[in-house]
Amino acid sequence: MLHLSARRVGSLLARRATAALSTSSARMASHDVAQAADMSQPMYWDRLDTPLPDKPFKDVLTAADKSLKQKEKGPWSQLTKEEKIALYRMSFCQTYPEMKQKTSEWKTVIGGMFIFLGFTGLVVWWQRIYVYPPHPRTFDEEWQAKQLKRMLDMRINPVEGFSAKWDYEKGQWK
Amino acid sequence: MFRAVSRLSATGVRSLARSRPCYSAPLASRCYSHGKVETDEEFDARWVTYFNKPDIDAWELRKGMNTLIGYDLVPEAKILDSALRACRRLNDLASAIRILEAVKDKAGPHKEIYPYLMQELKPTLSELGISTPEELGIDKL
Repeated sequence: MLHLSARRVGSLLARRATAALSTSSARMASHDVAQAADMSQPMYWDRLDTPLPDKPFKDVLTAADKSLKQKEKGPWSQLTKEEKIALYRMSFCQTYPEMKQKTSEWKTVIGGMFIFLGFTGLVVWWQRIYVYPPHPRTFDEEWQAKQLKRMLDMRINPVEGFSAKWDYEKGQWK
Repeated sequence: MFRAVSRLSATGVRSLARSRPCYSAPLASRCYSHGKVETDEEFDARWVTYFNKPDIDAWELRKGMNTLIGYDLVPEAKILDSALRACRRLNDLASAIRILEAVKDKAGPHKEIYPYLMQELKPTLSELGISTPEELGIDKL
């Protein structure tokens, strides 16, 4: 009854696919994903080896900030300490000591290493129980004992090696 | 510039050796033996002239400072003096303070360099009204 030609089915599927894609991308844009920095614009950075970044830290200045900027055009000796600090913080996010602060990142790194090593240990343990085949019979205690006796009977390395260490008179190791 | 370990005494006596390494290591020149080697004085003079440009713009100040800090040396007081005056012409106190911080960081383990520079720059700092990071308390966390 339904005479869907191949062409129609194709176009139907194509429309479905694009609709799905567009809604999914719209969904992605709406929730909080970290925005990639626009590298075509001047950027701010805190770097010890590059003290003056391309743009000041604070972009949007309040009215108070703007009036302080005006005051900056006059003699700087007229600025109070707080005003000077405020001007500094307007242009820069972190001071040099703040940039050089130690972090606890190493704890995360070592901790992560141990977690993954531990996980690997668990995997190896599971393998030993469930994956490894049974031991060959030559590993049995009894077999090993018989093997040792045979080696001694054959006088393996009697001069300086294996049998040299066995006391044949007393029947024990020297 | 303080290229090698500074031989300043602890009392900061001004008979400093602008310590020269045994061979005059040329700065900002490649290792071709036939090339002209720039002396310390020429280097200093070049940078002082750069920052002394009367109509220096903010980009040139930033570029100059970032380049200078990129070199393996602590800039001489006279270069810093002209950089600070450039900040004054540009009405940029924050950058002036940042320059002082950067220079302290450049000295690295040679803790006697920064006090010496501050001593040399004291007239300029008080003339321009620049507070040091120590005075503002931002040298501590």
